[in-house]
This record gives sequence, C-alpha cells and structure tokens, in this order.
Amino acid sequence: MNFTRRDTLFMAIGSAVAAALPLRAFAAVEDDIAAFTGGAAVGTEGITLIAPEIAENGNTVPIEVSAPGAVAIMVLAAGNPTPAVATFTFGPLAAAQSAATRIRLAGTQDVIAIAKMPDGSFVRASQEVKVTIGGCGG
Amino acid sequence: MAENVKPRVRVPRDATAGEVIIIKTLISHPMESGQRKDGDGNLIPRSIINRFTCEFNGETVIDITLEPAISTNPYFEFQATVPETGAFEFTWYDDDGDVYTDTKEITVS
Repeated sequence: MNFTRRDTLFMAIGSAVAAALPLRAFAAVEDDIAAFTGGAAVGTEGITLIAPEIAENGNTVPIEVSAPGAVAIMVLAAGNPTPAVATFTFGPLAAAQSAATRIRLAGTQDVIAIAKMPDGSFVRASQEVKVTIGGCGG
Repeated sequence: MAENVKPRVRVPRDATAGEVIIIKTLISHPMESGQRKDGDGNLIPRSIINRFTCEFNGETVIDITLEPAISTNPYFEFQATVPETGAFEFTWYDDDGDVYTDTKEITVS
C-alpha cells in the first residue's frame, strides 16, 4: 500500500491524538482514587489482584481481587473511557473479602485494585493486561 | 430496555454451621455501556445493572456497585459464612428502575 502525502499527514494527526488520550484518562483515574481514599496515603501490602497477562478478548476479562479484612475494594481500569469498573463492599457475613468477576477492557492497560481497610488505611495493587481485541465496541 | 433478564445463582443446598460456601451468580443482561454506536453512528444509550446485593436472613454478605466496564451477563463469585438455616436473597438493580431478585434456601445441619 502506498501512502500519499495527505494520508501521512492524517496518520500523524491521528497518532498525536492517540498519544494525548491516555493523559486525560490518567487524570480521571487519579480523581477516582482520590474520591475513594479521600487523599490518604496508599500502601501495597495485603491485597492481591489476579488478572490474565494477555486477554484475547477485551469484552470479558476474568479478574479476581482479594484483600483479607478489607471493608471495600474498588477496581479501576486505567485505560478505559470511564476508568471505574466496580466497587465491592463486604458485609458481616462475607467469609472472605474476595470476589471474582468479568470486566471489559478497551485495550492494553493497567488494572488497579484499591482496598479500604477497617482502620481507615488503603492498599493498592495493579497489573498490566495486554488486550488483543478491545472491548468497547465501535 | 433490557429483555429476557434471567438471574442464575448457584448455592449449595446444605452446609454445616459456620461453614464457608462459595456463591456464583450470573444474570443475563446486555450491559449496554453507552460507548457503542449503532449503524447510523448514533450513540446507544447506557443501560446496565448498576448495583447487586446479596443478603442472608437480612444481613449483608456483599454489596457491589457496577459500572459500564462490567461485561455482558454480569458474573460474580464470592464467599459467605452460613451461621444458621435460612435464605440468601439476591437483588440486581437495573438502570431503568427494574429490580430482579432471586432467593436460595440453605439448610444447616
């Protein structure tokens, strides 16, 4: 395939826009985290996030989060148009503070889990998932 | 409008007191994210289940807030403690105001 000068120009614009997008999404992720933690410091111990390294289909990516003793766990997908994925709040009869579900990922990105502990502290874990086909449709 | 919404829940029929059981739930729902476009380029409006709760004899097991990034046919797997004989009450809240429920009895021997 041959590129005309016009094609090349459009491609350059396209890639510039694509490069600018993650920055905007990143700001939204920070906002969501701040809303959940109230700006408190976030540790890294005591939470596990299980997600596949490579997901063929971004429409259903199985994930599992677990944070023993946590009150609530929030899951974020940093590269999605809206980063929030789900918030799990555990009641007194939850035997383990863990849950598994299936999520949509728009493309290769970091999945982040943040747990709120009963003493008011927060811990986070993240994992990169490589997505072959994105899950946000046209 | 979500049609043919059918909840499916798997809970063991009996357990010993204080036993930890695994609950699996699935509900058939398109979970339209509000990001997709139809053939004419119009945005398809968001229509998802935004909340799911599981209670046992009135006490909360888990309460989940769902966002559009949850896949079609939302599936959840979690663990619960069973202190006594009773019933698990599962509730799904749709964006359009519909509420879907399912109940599973469990006997403690």
